[in-house]
Amino acid sequence: MQGKIIGQVKRVNGPVLQVKGITDASMMELVHVGEGRIVGEIVKLSGSQATVQVYEDATGIAPGDNVYGSGMSLSCTLAPGLIGNIYDGIQRPLEELRKLSGNFIGKGIAAPAVDEEKLWHFVPQVSVNSTVSAGSVLGYVQETSRVRHFIMLDSALSGEFNVDFIEEEGDYNVKHTIASVSQNGESRSLDMIQYHPIRVPRPVKDRLSLSEPLVTGLRVIDSLFPLAKGGTVAIPGGFGTGKTMTQHSIAQWCDADIIVYIGCGERGNEMTDVLREFPHLVDPRTGKSLMERTILIANTSNMPVSAREASIYTGITMAEYYRDMGYNVAIMADSTSRWAEALRELSGRMEEMPAEEGFPAYLATRIAQFYERAGHVRTLNGQEGSVSIIGAVSPPGGDFSEPVTQHTRRFVRCFWGLDRSLASARHYPAISWLDSYSEYADELKKWWDEKSQGRWSKNRERIMELLQKETRLQQIVKLVGSDALPDSQNFILEVCSLFKNAFLQQNAFDEIDRYCSVEKQIAMMDIILQYYDEGSDAISKGVPMVKIRRLSVVQDIARMRFSVSNDNVSEIDRLSLRLQRSIMQLGGLYEE
Amino acid sequence: MKNDNSTLDRTLLRGREYRGASRIDGALVYMKNTHPVGYNELVEITAPDGRHLSGQVLDTSDDAVCVQVFEGTDGLNLPDTRMHFLGEPLSLSVTEDMLGRVMNGLGKSRDGGADPRGSEERDVNGAAVNPTSREYPRDFIQTGISVIDGMTTLIQGQKLPIFSGNGLSHNQLAAQIVRQAKVRGGKSEFAIVFAAMGVKYDVARYFIDSFEETGVLDNVALFLSLADDPSIEKTVTPKTALTLAEHLAFDKGKQVLVIMTDMTNYCESLREISTMRGEIPSRKGYPGYLYSNLAEIYERSGKIAGLSGSITQLPILTMPNDDISHPIPDLTGYITEGQIVFDRELAGRGVYPPINCLASLSRLMKDGIGEGMTRADHPHLSNQLYASYSKVKEVRNLASVIGEEELSETDNLYMKFGDFFEHKFLNQAFDEDRSIDQTLDLAWKALSILPSEELQRLTEEEISEHYQGE
Repeated sequence: MQGKIIGQVKRVNGPVLQVKGITDASMMELVHVGEGRIVGEIVKLSGSQATVQVYEDATGIAPGDNVYGSGMSLSCTLAPGLIGNIYDGIQRPLEELRKLSGNFIGKGIAAPAVDEEKLWHFVPQVSVNSTVSAGSVLGYVQETSRVRHFIMLDSALSGEFNVDFIEEEGDYNVKHTIASVSQNGESRSLDMIQYHPIRVPRPVKDRLSLSEPLVTGLRVIDSLFPLAKGGTVAIPGGFGTGKTMTQHSIAQWCDADIIVYIGCGERGNEMTDVLREFPHLVDPRTGKSLMERTILIANTSNMPVSAREASIYTGITMAEYYRDMGYNVAIMADSTSRWAEALRELSGRMEEMPAEEGFPAYLATRIAQFYERAGHVRTLNGQEGSVSIIGAVSPPGGDFSEPVTQHTRRFVRCFWGLDRSLASARHYPAISWLDSYSEYADELKKWWDEKSQGRWSKNRERIMELLQKETRLQQIVKLVGSDALPDSQNFILEVCSLFKNAFLQQNAFDEIDRYCSVEKQIAMMDIILQYYDEGSDAISKGVPMVKIRRLSVVQDIARMRFSVSNDNVSEIDRLSLRLQRSIMQLGGLYEE
Repeated sequence: MKNDNSTLDRTLLRGREYRGASRIDGALVYMKNTHPVGYNELVEITAPDGRHLSGQVLDTSDDAVCVQVFEGTDGLNLPDTRMHFLGEPLSLSVTEDMLGRVMNGLGKSRDGGADPRGSEERDVNGAAVNPTSREYPRDFIQTGISVIDGMTTLIQGQKLPIFSGNGLSHNQLAAQIVRQAKVRGGKSEFAIVFAAMGVKYDVARYFIDSFEETGVLDNVALFLSLADDPSIEKTVTPKTALTLAEHLAFDKGKQVLVIMTDMTNYCESLREISTMRGEIPSRKGYPGYLYSNLAEIYERSGKIAGLSGSITQLPILTMPNDDISHPIPDLTGYITEGQIVFDRELAGRGVYPPINCLASLSRLMKDGIGEGMTRADHPHLSNQLYASYSKVKEVRNLASVIGEEELSETDNLYMKFGDFFEHKFLNQAFDEDRSIDQTLDLAWKALSILPSEELQRLTEEEISEHYQGE
């Protein structure tokens, strides 16, 4: 097997090993430990000693076992064949591991991250003697029917290269030499595989400003707290408030080109759910299977804790790779708290001085480094691409004041706080309209207003204001009952209740309701505000609120999320006319 | 005699016995000058009086080995303690014969019979199931308890803990579930693996008696590590039990129901050991790896594609001071697929089972109910029950401020609905076994108290078919 002996184990304490007699090792170097060749990484060097964290169960490792160096950092394999695959935290393909060790994951097993035999149809994009540099596209293969995978020159290279040879169009496997390039007389031959250290961000040419929303099809998100392509968002919520469901919904329906879904320290069955469900789901925009744009990373809670720590970086490195081809990538990390806890566990084992709640002092730095890898960029080859990060946070006891939530909040610009009382009433998605915010609303105003003839931003402000008013009124109602309020104020409660039921709630299992198009969202918001305007007007003319509430058209508005399909939004215009007529008739009855 | 030669075959060294510990601290024994000992290796310890104890390597280095002794270190002394390192992790010799037996936390006989021995030794720590091998659980288990079947449906292969408090009726509920649980269509019987950690003798007795009464005892394997047993043993008991459960489910194709009580004691033991080792604590003194550790237990449930067996877990834990945000229930809730939460106030009003259904949840329910599994109206119906009952809570709060007389007509109906729900739907006898149809019909009866326009989570067709009001 690969590697030379670089030291011997001195002490074993869970997944953290002390190694002595270090001869030649570098920080973050990938190592293998013992005869079982367990994968590990050097996290600390001091004199002739090193600390190694291992990515598998350390059972059986004894002092004196050899440690083998590999000469490279823990890296990610980047090549055609990633999409549709499912990996563990250190990019071992789980399907392949299953073939090797059966239903349970064995120890010290390894498999190449992508199928090295599979033939891809390669189409060259450069000619001999042209000049290329890091990130330049050499050619492409069609990875899935919706993803064209560009083979780029390794981003770690610097300077300009001359293309000496480029393979003709044809079917090759990833190990086949497709080109050779040279610089100052030094020639190198290239295949379709690149390796990139997972903890180092991939370089870009420029960072661009954010201007386009990541449309998720969830109304409360798109209309009230939108996320931009290239933005970052945190979804904190106690257990059972629907973090995973929200993440699943977004992974299914958002308009990103590529999805990287990281199940980091979460339930095995949830990953199975994604795995079994996604291949059958069809993307409403392209009519293709969702698996054709998805990469899954499953490091469930019972898999080794250090691999959980690495899984986040593995995921984002793959995301950046596809971004560099000019795609919009969305990455879901469920949950970053588990990742932070893995940091804490490893830090504790290394006997580092703890800061808040036992977390290491570098927690905030690590969180910041992760979220800073998102962005809308100009890639080295001049394309525009983006990586958006959607990170779930699982605060202990649902208490948002704990360190992970607090630090995350500092580095994200959008916050979808999940509310336990909404979840208890089975109001899903349980995104609280009082705690949540989006700093992207201003940047996305232009995009939305173009789609809605300028109404979106005004409507959004009005609705937010009504919801705030409602909260104040609810406090009064709690004290004196709703009968004590005048009809005009009761009507605000009524409109908000309709807005919550008909707009904010969304049923992830309903054929129609689970995805709501931008046009439908705009129309729905319009009609609810129309109801408020015309209803208030009628009430001021003396129409009792109960009469307005009982109008059959109001019941139909309450059900429009199920009854009006996305490609038949004009149905809502008809509802709007009916509403206008009904209220006018009522007004007529009370006029004299 | 330090030995750095790692090429030396470690199996040769297994025969060696070392005498003389360098330090004993609680359940931990430190020994110096041994051959290189593997992490997590099993250790056989001979006490000065000739007793045989077993232990496990917690920390190993060039200078010393730290061993935790499962049976406790009473009677050990420094010079005469002898140790034997077996070169392999703690294992359980699994066999179907364990059904019908009472064992201790290590799988040794506790009922006077011979130690059960099977043909295969299994590492009790298990291995993670490859997520691609799992099958998503969908098969409904009818427990005969309305609030569970109707609102927090248990699914075969699920891990659904009971969050209880001291003195509440969680043991009765667990016993009732064991007695009544059936798979729709009555395909196969459940085999039951019961792990007791740190519970009192009479609690264990209660379960044994109740299994005996219903005649399931031959189908139950009991692993008891009672309150006065050494605390280390409690930390392996659930692992031993689950090792057997995996054998029964995935080798023998049985439907296994694992009851573990009380997970709080398990966590306390972990904390005890962690503190003894001087580890850096995280919340409330519990070790930072509590989450991973609990996950290694809870995740050993589910179904594997292509195999017929399943492991369903019903861990019971008592929330210290009834606090659901305490680290133990909190971390558990993040791993398990839902939770059944007990409520002291309901128990005080004599409601059994005293389940706070708003705080309870079954995450796997969505795929296990509805047409062809339970009944077509079930999904919307349970949704409506949640919504209406949470409204009841609001109305009650209002009533306590302004008085019941001041409530509006609709609100009064909500009060009535709330009473019916708690006393007729939630409340049932300890030996009452309701079928799913009975449960759902009862739910409709409750909802029929409310005006039909309040039932917004149900479709018009469902209302016209089942609604009995007005």
